[in-house]
Order: sequence, then structure tokens, then C-alpha cells
Amino acid sequence: MADLLLVLWTLLKILLVTVPIIVTVAFYTLAERKVIGYMQVRRGPMHIGPFGLLQPFADVFKMLFKELMVPANADRTLYVIAPLLSLAPALAAWAVVPFDEGIALSQIDAGLLYLLAMTSLGVYGVILAGWASNSKYAFLGAMRSAAQIVSYEIAMGFALVGVLIAAGTLNLEKIVLAQAGNLGPFEWFWWPLLPLFVIYFISGVAETNRAPFDVAEGESEIVAGFHVEYSGAAFAVFFLAEYANMILISFLAAILFMGGWLSPFQGLIPGFLGEPSPIWLAVKVVFFMFCFLWFRATFPRYRYDQIMRLGWKIFIPITIVWIAVIAVMVVGGVVERGV
Amino acid sequence: MDLVEYLPIALFLVVASVIGIALLSLGSLLGPRRPDSEKLSPYECGFEAFEDARMKFDVRYYLVAILFIIFDLEIAFLFPWSVVLDEIGWHGIASMGVFLGLLVIGFIYEWKKGALEWD
Amino acid sequence: MPIETILFFALSTVLVIAAGAVVTLRNPVHAAMCLVLTFFTSSMLWVLLRAEFLAIALVLVYVGAVMVLFLFVVMMLDINTTPLREGFARYLPVGLLIAAIMAAQMIAVLGTQHFGFDRYAAPAAVVEGSNTEALGRLLYTQYVYPFEIAAVILLVAIVAAIALTHRRREGVKTQDPGKQTMVTKAERLRVVKVGSESKEGRGA
Repeated sequence: MADLLLVLWTLLKILLVTVPIIVTVAFYTLAERKVIGYMQVRRGPMHIGPFGLLQPFADVFKMLFKELMVPANADRTLYVIAPLLSLAPALAAWAVVPFDEGIALSQIDAGLLYLLAMTSLGVYGVILAGWASNSKYAFLGAMRSAAQIVSYEIAMGFALVGVLIAAGTLNLEKIVLAQAGNLGPFEWFWWPLLPLFVIYFISGVAETNRAPFDVAEGESEIVAGFHVEYSGAAFAVFFLAEYANMILISFLAAILFMGGWLSPFQGLIPGFLGEPSPIWLAVKVVFFMFCFLWFRATFPRYRYDQIMRLGWKIFIPITIVWIAVIAVMVVGGVVERGV
Repeated sequence: MDLVEYLPIALFLVVASVIGIALLSLGSLLGPRRPDSEKLSPYECGFEAFEDARMKFDVRYYLVAILFIIFDLEIAFLFPWSVVLDEIGWHGIASMGVFLGLLVIGFIYEWKKGALEWD
Repeated sequence: MPIETILFFALSTVLVIAAGAVVTLRNPVHAAMCLVLTFFTSSMLWVLLRAEFLAIALVLVYVGAVMVLFLFVVMMLDINTTPLREGFARYLPVGLLIAAIMAAQMIAVLGTQHFGFDRYAAPAAVVEGSNTEALGRLLYTQYVYPFEIAAVILLVAIVAAIALTHRRREGVKTQDPGKQTMVTKAERLRVVKVGSESKEGRGA
């Protein structure tokens, strides 16, 4: 009986995390169109609801009422499983993300390792979708995207190792607490790990196949890449997974490098602004989410050989060197370990 | 470690799959179903698809995947090392220095051989 | 029955069925996906054993990396299975014989007289605190030689992979971004003085 209650209570908590994520994804798509619109001196969607605020709901209903197509000669089983395999890890990764001190679904010791493992599973959805569709464009997009995702995952993993050296723990909550101190923002890990922070975020953009690294979709060359054959609700599932991943990367950048819920004015300003609170976390996350859109509006798409060069020849050497530097600094006592 | 901490993770995987399945089945319930052979043919630029889309692919993609496995293992080795670095101190730096040094030699080799070039 | 036992049997069942499907399925991609499921369930079994780090590392390395390579290979090699099935009957007796020998060997080695519960003491209490830390304390100090040997093996793997798959191509037009950005005006721009032409000279 107690077990059953625990399961129900956990399910409730999971819904308390999942539902806001889905709502955020919905409004993030609106924000994307609005932000890019205003950057291009347009106004974005304006017709549905005041200022187009209800646009995401219209989009959802439109997609649900569209025909679900399975192309001829497609591998039906894998074709249906592919979107699920891309959504499940994108959502399940949230199980270890803390939202404030003591507020996380799960406090496993190996939190960061779990996150890396979950993000590495996202590639299956892409590969299977591309292969199962039996379309050349989809297959090309899937192969490009798979090679790109795995390349940037290495850089991302190395950047995370840097955070671990500085924090001394794999638990995300403890990583945030390790960044607390009297120097405010300069205690956060972006400062000692500046190259790793930049590499982490850029790799995050590449991992989620977002512009300027969106060769997997590349509307102008391979039309929509791995999900060109998907329609209606199946496409919506891919969409949901991609945006949930973007929000996740933004959360992780804020938690691992920008002090999570810690206040930048710690000890400087009395009262609410100087206290750690989830609002600070939200501010940082929104900033990173904005960066995703900003990049898309600013940079033209990279060429594929340039993407691979950036990942292998620039990011990996820099991260290896910086891991060595930070490790020697920690053991030599130059940098104090946070725990 | 406490096994209870893994309950939310297992449940979350279930919930995430359920959400996906629910969306897909809702879509197939609400949407129309009027297939015809033109609609179901794979997307091409205005002509009939004349061969199977699953084709042989450039061997470089395998090379990337193999190199990825090696570096991924390296990351898996770095994780426990970085967590206990302050306990194992200079000894740890030395043992990881040799390990990373060997792999950096491999990395330089692949660089010089041109395995990282995409052309 | 305690919940852990139920979980163990449920996961083991999935594991065995998935492993069987890997061998029996005709479609190589489906077989590879069943292998993914096999790895995933065995990682869950490891979680039940409290081997947290190893369980997640299994997902990270095997599911996240090794199986991606497998999928690349089976998807892109375009394997035609019909010629593979030719001569099935001819090779069947030899195959069965080898299978029987292997099974006998495995039973001989893995029997209870060598690996029974009574042979080995149960591990002293589950490791306190973080699994990863406990592993780290041992791996880089006490077991440093195996650790370095792992690095040598990985180095050999890098060299072997490049030797086997890397081909230099002829006649490709690659760009060197370093050279591109290092160019100066003097290298690219040539100002040619052209004498002005008088109207009379070109007169109609």
C-alpha cells in the first residue's frame, strides 16, 4: 500500500514537471516565430488570440487533425517507434534536473552521467526515422545528423568532465551548491571554465540540430532531413522532443556553469534579489533559450565539412587541454574545489 | 546508493513513452485516412523514385562512429577520475596523464593521417 | 515476493526474449534494435545490483556508441540475406557439432562446481556512498596498470580503425580555412596601370 502511494505520488510529481515542459515547448515555438520576426522587422503570428498568443494551440490542433502517413515500402514498426525513441530520452532526462535546492525528482549520485547517457540515446530516433522512411532525403539527413551528433557529444562530454573536476560531484544539486561563494558570479563555473562553457553551449546547439548546425534538416537542400516523411502527430512528437532538448540544454548550461538558482548579487544586495531562488534559475534559462533563437536569426547554416572540422579539430583539442589545465590547478591548490 | 532514487527515472521513461504513444494514437484517431499510391510514394523532386533509398554509404561515417566509441570510452574513464581527483592527487594526475597522453598520440595520428578531413 | 525479485524476473524475461530475437529476426536492423533493448534491460539489472556507475556507463558506451556503429553498418551495408542462406542444409551437421562442443565447454566451465554460490563469499556490504567515487579511488591507484593497458588497447583501436577504413582520395578540392584567413591584400590583388586612351587614337 505504501509502495503504491509512493508510485502515485511520484507519478504526480512527474506530471508536475512534464506538463510545464510541454506548455513551455508550445510557447517556445511561438516565441521563436515572434523573436525571429521582430529581428527581421516583421511581427510574427498576430491573428490567433491577442498578439497571436493562442497560435501554439492552433498549431497543436492542426497537427492532430492531419493525416498520419506511412510511406510505401517503409518499415512500419520502426517508422512508428522512431518518434517515441526520440521523445522518451528527451523527457526522461528531466528526472535528475533540480529546480531549487532539494527540488528534483531524483537525487541519484551519478546524475550528470545519467544525463549524458540520455542525450546519447537521442540519436536513435534520428537514425531510425531516416532509415525506416525509405526516402533518400530522410536517409541522407539521418546519416549527416548521426555523425554530427556523435562528434559533438565528445566535445560535450569533455566539457562536462571539466565541470566535474571543478565541482567534485556528479549530483546536479551539489554542483550548483559548489558554485556558491562571496564573489557572486565569479564563483560560478563559467569563469574558471570559460572555454568549456562556450564549447558546451555550442555543442548543445549542434546536438539539438539547431541552426546554424541544422544540416540534418536543411530545408533548402534536403527539405526536412530525417523527418521529411512524417506528418501530423508523428511530426509533432519529433518537434516536441527537439524543443524539450533545447530547454534541457538551456537548463543544464544555467545549472552547470551559471550557478543555477544562485543570485548574482549574493551578499551585495539585501532582500529578495540577493537570495538564491528559482526565479534566478528561470532568468538564466530564458536567456539561454533566447540564445538558441538569436543564433538561428543571425548565423547562416554551416557547411558539413566545417561542422565536422569545428567539432573534431577545434573543440576536442581545446577541451582536452583545458581539462589538463583545470586538473593541475585543482590538485595544485590554485583553484579551490567547491564541495 | 538508494534504489528508491531510481523509481522516478523508471516511471519517467514510462510516462514519456505513454505521452508519445498517446499523441500518435490521438493523431491517428482524429486525422483522416485517405491513402493513395501517389501520396504514399517517398518524397522526390517531381519524379518517381527509381531505386531503393537504402544505399551503400561512404566509409568515413563508419570511421567517425569507431572514433566516437573510443572517445566515449575515454569520457567514461574520465568521469570517476574527476570526481575523486582531490583524494588521489598528483598520483591521479600522473596515471590519467599517461592515459590521456596515449590517446592524444592516437588523436594526433588520426589528424596527421587526414582521418578528420571531410571533403 | 519482494518487489526487487519481481523486477529481477520481469527484466530477465525481457532480456532473454530480446536476446533470442537478436539471433532469430531476419531483418538485421530489427535484430540490432533488439540488441539495444538487451543492453538496456541488462543495465537495469545492474541498477538492481546497486552497480550505478557501471549500469549508466553500459547505456552510455554500448547503447549510445557501440550500437550506433552497429546500426550504421547494418543500415548502410545493404546486406542481401538470400545468398547467406544458401547451403544451410549442407553446413547444418558441422554447425550443430560445433554448437554442441561449445555448449559442453560452457557447462563444464560455468557449472556450479566452479562458480557456485558456495565457492565465493558474498560481497561484503554494499558500497557506502557514491559508487562512482569508490570506483575512482581504486581504478587510478590500485588498478593503474590495467587502466593504462586499456589506454594502449584504445590506441591500437584508433590506429587499426584508420588503417582499415581510411582512404586518401585523389582530386578533392579542400579548403584550408587557416590559409583562407591568412591571405593578404598583396597576394590577391594586383593593380594594373592602364594608360589612358586618347580620343584621337580610337577615332572612328
